[in-house]
Amino acid sequence: MKNHVLRPLWCVLAAIALTLIVRHFMVPADFGVNGESFTYSYHRLSNVDEWRDFKAKYKGREYCQECHEENVAETSSSKHQLIQCENCHGPAIDHPDDPETLAIDTSRELCLRCHASLPYPDNPRSRIKAIDPNRHNTDTACIECHNPHNPNLEEG
Amino acid sequence: MSCSRRKLLKSALSASVAASLPLSAFRFLSPAECKAATGTEGTRWGFLVDTNKCVGCGFCVKACKKENEVPYDAPVTRTWVERYVVTKDSKTHIDSPMGGRDGFTDPKIRGEEIAPADIAKTFFVPKLCNQCENPACVQVCPVGATYQTGDGVVLVDRKWCIGCGYCIMACPYGVRFFHPVHKVAEKCTFCYHRISNGQQTACVDACSFGARQIGNLLDQNDPVTKIIMTERVAVLKDEYGTKPQVFYLGLDRNVR
Repeated sequence: MKNHVLRPLWCVLAAIALTLIVRHFMVPADFGVNGESFTYSYHRLSNVDEWRDFKAKYKGREYCQECHEENVAETSSSKHQLIQCENCHGPAIDHPDDPETLAIDTSRELCLRCHASLPYPDNPRSRIKAIDPNRHNTDTACIECHNPHNPNLEEG
Repeated sequence: MSCSRRKLLKSALSASVAASLPLSAFRFLSPAECKAATGTEGTRWGFLVDTNKCVGCGFCVKACKKENEVPYDAPVTRTWVERYVVTKDSKTHIDSPMGGRDGFTDPKIRGEEIAPADIAKTFFVPKLCNQCENPACVQVCPVGATYQTGDGVVLVDRKWCIGCGYCIMACPYGVRFFHPVHKVAEKCTFCYHRISNGQQTACVDACSFGARQIGNLLDQNDPVTKIIMTERVAVLKDEYGTKPQVFYLGLDRNVR
């Protein structure tokens, strides 16, 4: 065969070889069909562990209870017993090491998430005592009068 | 030593059967291998949303964003809560300001005042990734960056994703979005780091009313599985054939 036919042929073959070599080094060994089907399981297997090792920020009431036993006990017998500590106090992460103190959300907006009055009599929302935020002591923080750990005004 | 014809044939047959058995047939299987082979045990994560219990406080959305490092003030979220107000003239008013992150405190819907006397029914519907059995988002990924784990959760490989956005377009439920920081496709992982370590998802923990639950659908004694098996549950967009694994109690026909 003539040179002008062979030369591009060699170029194409070299390009294919180069692609295969690069692919061999670039694609991780655990990449492939790691499961039942090519359609849904074609992936890099070690990524599952990467997601598993993602850091959890919310620790739950039991973690808070280890140090703040009194507060947990007070809340547990109040109407707010179902609310997780971290909903208002923020995620514990590595508290007390990092962060040393948690920024507590004491805003009216936080309380209004449940206690803003909505005209929905058929909705479970209506079982919660509610106020009209535009009328009920508009300039005062809720916690001035209501103790979030024991919101009952008669007891608190 | 005499050898009858019958005996020779018998021995030859048993010898050939014995020779054809692979060595692995004599191996002791561990209990885990037996379980995996019979397929009766294992984990398939499923989710149950009880819309009859949701009050629209939005703590689940807040917890999800903080737990999973989703930019808090960006208009993207892995889970969200929708408010439906159906009026007596059969009109449906829907909103989800910031995905319901700050709860629903305003009776106005998209600035529209609805007279309480006109309201026929109201409900809140929390939404999240359905972790479909046939995930359309996974099928369309051109690089194998998104996939289904053995326990049925659809994840995105952030190192592998090229950000083409096909999966975001393919999801019939609109649960995927482009992560503004990592610049890759992002979605609910059922808090894979938490459920794999024996915890609940952040949204389940944050919900004070029991509107959200997660469980193992392969465990018949799991409370979530029991409800799904014995009560009338529905899934979103069943007609798409994606086989969603998030089940809803009290779903209304207005919910899409």
